[in-house]
Amino acid sequence: MSQPEIQIEGLEVFFGEGHERNRVVHGIDLSVAQGESYGLVGESGSGKSTVLRALVGLVTDWHGAMHVGGEALSGAKRSKAFYRRVQMVFQDPYASLHPRQTIDRVLSETLALHGIKDGVDARIDRLLEQVGLGGGFRFRYPHQLSGGQRQRVAIARALAPEPKVLLLDEPTSALDVSVQAEILNLLSDLRAEFGLTYLMVSHDLGVIGHMCDRVAVMQTGEIVETLEVEAMRRLQAEHPYTRHLLDSALRSSGHEGVEAAQRSAS
Amino acid sequence: MSNLLDIENLSVRFPTRSGTFEAVRGISLSLGKERLGIVGESGSGKSMTGRAILGLIRKPGEVTADRLEMQGESLTDASPKRMRAIRGKHISMIMQDPKYSLNPVMTVGDQIIEALRTHEKVNKPEAYKRALEMLGAVAIREPERVMKLYPHEVSGGMGQRIMIAMMLIPNPEILIADEPTSALDVSVQLQVLEIMDKLVRERGMGLIFISHDLNLVAGFCDRVAVMYAGRIVEVCEAGKLHEAKHPYTLGLLNSVPDLERPRPRLEALQRDPAWREAPSVSAML
Repeated sequence: MSQPEIQIEGLEVFFGEGHERNRVVHGIDLSVAQGESYGLVGESGSGKSTVLRALVGLVTDWHGAMHVGGEALSGAKRSKAFYRRVQMVFQDPYASLHPRQTIDRVLSETLALHGIKDGVDARIDRLLEQVGLGGGFRFRYPHQLSGGQRQRVAIARALAPEPKVLLLDEPTSALDVSVQAEILNLLSDLRAEFGLTYLMVSHDLGVIGHMCDRVAVMQTGEIVETLEVEAMRRLQAEHPYTRHLLDSALRSSGHEGVEAAQRSAS
Repeated sequence: MSNLLDIENLSVRFPTRSGTFEAVRGISLSLGKERLGIVGESGSGKSMTGRAILGLIRKPGEVTADRLEMQGESLTDASPKRMRAIRGKHISMIMQDPKYSLNPVMTVGDQIIEALRTHEKVNKPEAYKRALEMLGAVAIREPERVMKLYPHEVSGGMGQRIMIAMMLIPNPEILIADEPTSALDVSVQLQVLEIMDKLVRERGMGLIFISHDLNLVAGFCDRVAVMYAGRIVEVCEAGKLHEAKHPYTLGLLNSVPDLERPRPRLEALQRDPAWREAPSVSAML
């Protein structure tokens, strides 16, 4: 097997200083293969987003070993090559785009930051086309776009340096179900087209089940269980917390709970 | 039996620089002692409907209706003073995010007691006791401790249960819940909904449940009205949602990723301009 795209060993993350220093991630191990789509689920405060933030260097105080594409990471500093390889899409498209910059400026600045100077014009057109926005959107401001369109711009920005890895932090939880479907389809298409590796955080098991191959369940800063999505669909979860999550997900989408589903299956 | 709410031909308009924007375009609905779900995407006018009922549309917004009555009393003709008395006492509303609807500089206990004493002559010790009981009813452990906390010291799920307690303590006949669980985690969502459902049923209240999640609404309501572009496009029994016919309703149902029935692609909604122009379906009883 080729080397994993993302390899995390014994990651611990701390918040606060002095006697208020608090361990929020308790030594997790994670390995995502090249081209794989990997899901992290858990409730708010379980540390799932913190793992992504530690990867991209938004968290300074951490221990353990992290490798992305063979490159060892340390501290909060990341190389230029790292940011060309790894890009992140945030939850709230309202907050992650500069309100006073046009889409054109957002994308051209990103390209400039990554040292891409030639054919900027054509690249921006192509990026917008890739995320399903026409050229008519190029000179608009974020407030002139809907939530779904903004998230498409955020994805276009992430695609600008032609990354290998996308870190997706609840990319659709601020969107309507109908718009969510469009964005999830777009993400699936992009992964197929560019052979991207996804590490996706969500609290929605339906979304994770649709998008991912494997999933790790987090609770209070620990991974309590990792399982194949296939097994999750057959409700073969061992850990009581995973079963609880599955149960809530099934019941809130109008199905029977885990117990009933298993009884009717057997 | 008279209905709790009767609404005929309700419209909500906002003047803009480029003409009038109609957020709600002539809908009719009534609410008995039942749970009515209103479903639709953002911008379909579902929240505006809820706000119009409570008279919460600010100028220059404009609300018109042939009939907007609560148990026979007209809400369009009610004075601002009468409306203030109606809000909370007869019709309560739970908004999406407890972070914005709780007062950040008042303790949880003080806020609940205030909600009760605004509408009822109750002395302080009695109000305290009833607030404690109410917190117990929304499954909050150690209510004495929680009464002393400020909103930033409680979690989202707890905040929303506190909101439910606050809204239900004056014993209103109608509860409007506007996306009450969208800001919460899946595992907490269900708990909050079950508490709300139980209390609404025990008290024989009417519930209007506004959400963009069709499946969730179907599980918690008796009837569902589906809104698109300010009109109701379909009304059906919650249990018969799978028999829904309107392509918009079907599109919403199919766009949700289903854990048990995986599909390679989700169905993206193809919007037909004709849906906008179709007359609104009545949701009157």
